[in-house]
Amino acid sequence: MSTASTNSSLYTLDARTKRRNAAEKRFRLYGMAAVAFGVLALVVLLSSVLGTGLSAFRQTFLTTEITLDEKALDKSGTRDPEVMAKVTTIGYAKVLQNALVDELTAKGLLPEGMKAKDVGGMISKEAPAQLRDRVLANPDLIGQTITMNVLANGRIDGYFKGRVTMESAALDSNVSPEQLQLAEAMRDAGMLDLKFNWGFIFGPDASELRPEAAGLGVAIIGSAYMMLIVLALALPIGVAASIYLEEFAPQNRLTDLIEVNISNLAAVPSIVFGILGLAVFINFAGLPQSSPLVGGLVLSLMTLPTIIIATRAALKAVPPSIKDAALGIGASKMQTVFHHILPLAMPGILTGTIIGLAQALGETAPLLLIGMVAFVRDYPGAPPEGFTDPAAALPVQVYNFTQRADPAFIERASGAIIVLMVFLLAMNILAIILRRRFERRW
Amino acid sequence: MNTVKLTASTLAIVVASTSGAFARDNIQTAGSSTVLPYATIVAEAFGENFDFPTPVVESGGSGAGRKKLCEGVGENTIDIANSSSRIKQSDIDLCASNGVNEIMEVRIGYDGIVFASDINGADFAFTPADWFKALAAEVVVDGAVVANPNKTWAEVNGDLPAQDILAFIPGTKHGTREVFDEKVILKGCEETGAFEVFAAAAGGDEDAAEEKCMALRTDGVSVDIDGDYTETLSRIDANKNAIGVFGLSFYQNNTDKLKVATMSGVVPTVDSIAAGGYPVSRPLYFYVKKAHLGVIPGLKEYIEFFVSDDMAGPDGPLAEYGLVSDPELAATQEMVASETPMAPLN
Repeated sequence: MSTASTNSSLYTLDARTKRRNAAEKRFRLYGMAAVAFGVLALVVLLSSVLGTGLSAFRQTFLTTEITLDEKALDKSGTRDPEVMAKVTTIGYAKVLQNALVDELTAKGLLPEGMKAKDVGGMISKEAPAQLRDRVLANPDLIGQTITMNVLANGRIDGYFKGRVTMESAALDSNVSPEQLQLAEAMRDAGMLDLKFNWGFIFGPDASELRPEAAGLGVAIIGSAYMMLIVLALALPIGVAASIYLEEFAPQNRLTDLIEVNISNLAAVPSIVFGILGLAVFINFAGLPQSSPLVGGLVLSLMTLPTIIIATRAALKAVPPSIKDAALGIGASKMQTVFHHILPLAMPGILTGTIIGLAQALGETAPLLLIGMVAFVRDYPGAPPEGFTDPAAALPVQVYNFTQRADPAFIERASGAIIVLMVFLLAMNILAIILRRRFERRW
Repeated sequence: MNTVKLTASTLAIVVASTSGAFARDNIQTAGSSTVLPYATIVAEAFGENFDFPTPVVESGGSGAGRKKLCEGVGENTIDIANSSSRIKQSDIDLCASNGVNEIMEVRIGYDGIVFASDINGADFAFTPADWFKALAAEVVVDGAVVANPNKTWAEVNGDLPAQDILAFIPGTKHGTREVFDEKVILKGCEETGAFEVFAAAAGGDEDAAEEKCMALRTDGVSVDIDGDYTETLSRIDANKNAIGVFGLSFYQNNTDKLKVATMSGVVPTVDSIAAGGYPVSRPLYFYVKKAHLGVIPGLKEYIEFFVSDDMAGPDGPLAEYGLVSDPELAATQEMVASETPMAPLN
């Protein structure tokens, strides 16, 4: 187009170089903008999750003294737990309610004209079950006065966390401003306080009438069991398949076909594996529904392609010189693989496996079809029997919490996301550490 | 070598843990997400007060639950299907073809469907006719069938506020939608006389007229919500002019955010629904596979506990959560105690 200027100097840039430099500058800006957008999205996500979820880790507890009346709890006077079990949690709720009313009256905190039922409504519905379990475990407590530290109702808890206000309570049919005023007076008297909520991490799920008691314990165990099964099945099968395909298999149409299929499977929507699991493991093999065993099997199938692809990449990355050297001094092919190639490929294999596990940990869709998206309150037993007990999973618990009507479940859903993210972060950090420590460069 | 050993031992563990016969000792239920909160409340109390494990409660929808119930008899099939609509003949046929011959039908109570808007918005007093005229795809103006021209509620009914019509209604997969269509839209269609006009236009075909009544407008005024009520609530939060359709129990848990509208002059409460004054309500059921009674430990105890006065009665925890207790609960208790299977659908 233009003729090159004859008096060009290295010190003055010509128009063309300027354009090239400008283009490069622009490209860098695009890159920075892309990174900034990603960071911004992450910050928004994290701040919204942490902002709503952190409060789930603290909970309002109520301390009260309870006199365990024989007339109400053990009419027979035999102290036989089997006979005493006839008194249900409804009976214990009344005992708790009366105890709280008595204590408030003694302390002069009870407002004029407040009904006993409204006072009892400030205690979580989980509390009677706790008291009942404690009494049935130790019937000699009857007749004594014990101090119990029980959960406060979700709305009272919401008031101290700022979710419930006096204005909203006036409109709310489940809590009244008088109850909130009483709660404040009780806090000043030391009967109510916010504490770290271990029950949220280790406790089981709870129904919608007691959001304050809902926890993640069953879901964490269920997820852990499934990860164990995935690790025990997908890692050996995946590694064995990769070694064979990479080192031993002949190159022909059949292995090509297998390769294409593995890559394809890695991209199949996870719900498809759920459908397969329902048909094969539950309907055909007769394995129990809602169990971590079936969940783990389904997730193993889902994770296998990821592990195979990562393992083959790790095996390929081992320099051929090492293989040739081993073969050259007379090692058999199998010795070469197990003594030289596999140890050197191990960091890559483990990283791939952990990333596959992390992916499986966050999966909900396949579990929907095998009955794990459910309300499960009993902890599964110890393995191996526990693998067939019903259990939930962490992402499932997040989904369940978001569906419930009580606003208190919103913070718990976000809290469950935080727990899930902590697990994922820990797994990814482990993957990085393994890579850093054992990776060798040539 | 290690890999081979590891694989072998894992397989051995899996086989060992699965080969033992599955004597399932927990009750499995599945079905309606409307019944789910009630079922979880009962399951929780059951686990606390009885020596049986806490039942597992799955959601997934009424139809899916009934289908699972009808998959067959045996420990890898569920025991109870929760349902927010009555079982259909097709379900019963499916059950029979899979060997599930005797089913017990247990009505646990009634559920109200309410219309609510943002707490700071205007007051609404609806009739079914208002909803038909607001949402139907075609309405009758001066005897002629025309595409729905109404833009604001005031155009529908002079007594309503002049607010743009925007309704969040449950998607077609919800059982709630069926009730909404039948008890609000179709009723409104009949009340306004549009039904007769549609029927006459279709040559007296009442089914065609019904279908025409229930065809809703697609110009963005009526929005189907396929998620649950929490989604409807957040949509209303973002769109203060909208009216949403909710279950009574959901509204009762969110009275600080929602303002409820009256229907035909009646405020929806547990009492007004129990008395029959509030028109939009439906019965809730669960269906029990009779062959599993006595096989799954605690199943009989669970269903008896579910319909006991302590749970489903007017002062029980289910009523506290928003279930309208069934006036004929005593008959249901008797039916459960004597394990009477349901009679054929009439």
